[in-house]
Amino acid sequence: MAVSTDPLDGTRLKEQFPLLSREVHGKPIVYLDSAATSQKPLSVLDAMDDYYRTINSNVHRGVYMIAEEATNRTEMARALVRDFIGARSSSEIIFTKNATEALNMVAQSWGRANLSAGDVVVLSHMEHHANIVPWHMLVAEIGIQLRWIPLDTEGRLDLTELDTLLDGAKVLSVTAMSNVLGTMNPVRTLTDAARKAGAISIIDGCQSVPHSATNVQELGADFLAFSGHKMCGPTGIGVLYGREDLLEAMPPFLGGGEMIRDVRLDGFTTNDLPWKFEAGTPAIAEIIGLGAAVEWLNSVGMDNIRAHEISLTEYTISTLHQRFGDRINIHGPSSPLERGGVFSFDFDGLHPHDISQVLDQHAVCVRAGHHCAKPLMKLLGIGATARASVYVYNDTADIDALADALDATGAFFTL
Amino acid sequence: MPGLEDLYREIILDHYRNPRNRGELETPPAHRVEGFNPLCGDEIVLYLDLDADGRVADIRISGQGCSISQSSASMMSAAVKGKTVAEIDDLTRAFKAMMSIHENSLEGAETTEPIDAPDVKLGDLEALRGVVKFPVRIKCATLAWNTLAQGIEESSA
Repeated sequence: MAVSTDPLDGTRLKEQFPLLSREVHGKPIVYLDSAATSQKPLSVLDAMDDYYRTINSNVHRGVYMIAEEATNRTEMARALVRDFIGARSSSEIIFTKNATEALNMVAQSWGRANLSAGDVVVLSHMEHHANIVPWHMLVAEIGIQLRWIPLDTEGRLDLTELDTLLDGAKVLSVTAMSNVLGTMNPVRTLTDAARKAGAISIIDGCQSVPHSATNVQELGADFLAFSGHKMCGPTGIGVLYGREDLLEAMPPFLGGGEMIRDVRLDGFTTNDLPWKFEAGTPAIAEIIGLGAAVEWLNSVGMDNIRAHEISLTEYTISTLHQRFGDRINIHGPSSPLERGGVFSFDFDGLHPHDISQVLDQHAVCVRAGHHCAKPLMKLLGIGATARASVYVYNDTADIDALADALDATGAFFTL
Repeated sequence: MPGLEDLYREIILDHYRNPRNRGELETPPAHRVEGFNPLCGDEIVLYLDLDADGRVADIRISGQGCSISQSSASMMSAAVKGKTVAEIDDLTRAFKAMMSIHENSLEGAETTEPIDAPDVKLGDLEALRGVVKFPVRIKCATLAWNTLAQGIEESSA
């Protein structure tokens, strides 16, 4: 049924993910919730396990061998992340707890130092709460103003008034890909327009970085936030990329150990980048796990992953439409080239919780709810959706299982 | 392992497909109160008309939500219509007890400790007993009862 060729066909990548071999309710698991968190390949689990078993020690302080090994391993991971997104320097890679913390760091550190009452921050209607609430906090704290890029009928950003929205703005902060609609936004167009208007650009790359090749120079982004756990890495680790000159000029976010060069009774001086923004003992095992995840993704090839997901997106949309016709409504752009493998849908007028409950009995894991994007849900005029999302390890059999389980769901509620 | 039939009993599906007391009432005399389940976007709008004796003269439900929250609201409306506030209080405590939820913690998590429940016949509401086996859905079942409690409190104030 798929028109595009899938470069990952027959590669049996699933076998590298231990969790994907388990059963739930007596059936093989069908994991379709990677937009929430991805599964982890064995190489990531091994790297983290190996850290705890062989070199567990605190980084940057010890002079003994295993502490040096641990330090080297975390800094190697930083270099892997740097190259993975095309950053110029390791100084530009700040490890955070997650992407939410990364976005808050920009808002709190850059924002409080550079924004004052009446300054404009431009967001879009498809943002995740993590790229809305930190700005709402600055509205309350310093009286900044928010402007919103609207959406067109297919769930794409409507950029007709972009220059007007950016006129006089200090910040543009938008997602590279919607976690609800799957829409992939024209990031370069957005960052160019922001630069022309004199605004910095912040890109939420949570849904894009795991799924397609990323180069911050090509994106033209001043800041890029993303999380480790959506790209085959562990939870508890995220990344803030920031342009070095911007990071240098920013005040620190959290204070404590590691982020200082000197502490006196009357004050402190900050450490060099990137450690200036990494107060306290970092998530060492998680950083090493993220490094292993980047190596694993590189071994598969990001362009192959994107091609695989385009192919799977075509298959998903055509399969669900063929089998269910008007009974299903898939939100977001219809062209697989304009979207990622995230499918929010309405089915048979059923509530998403009821859908996901019955799907669970068929071992099909999908998300149900507002997906931390309540302003978008309000715009769509719905309280919640069911959402299936695919990644590198999913295949057409998973989509067939979803369709079969949806069939059973419809039958169950219309008995 | 609990199965779907534990959760979606036939009587629940019947209330979901054919909700009782669906609609709105004029306010005033009726009192309007809204309840939300922020986790899943369920919302219930309850119209409550208490007469001079503190008896539910009429009740209407609108809003949207999953089959559990909608059927629970429907069953609740049928169960409390014509009852006094005191009778409803007993019914509410009995329902909470069935949901394994302690007094004053209708929003709280499940517990296995025995609960002192009034000796009240729950009737159709018994069908919701299976929800306890699906902890994330308990809040769906209790949303209507939370909202009713709030409505009675506001009406009586």
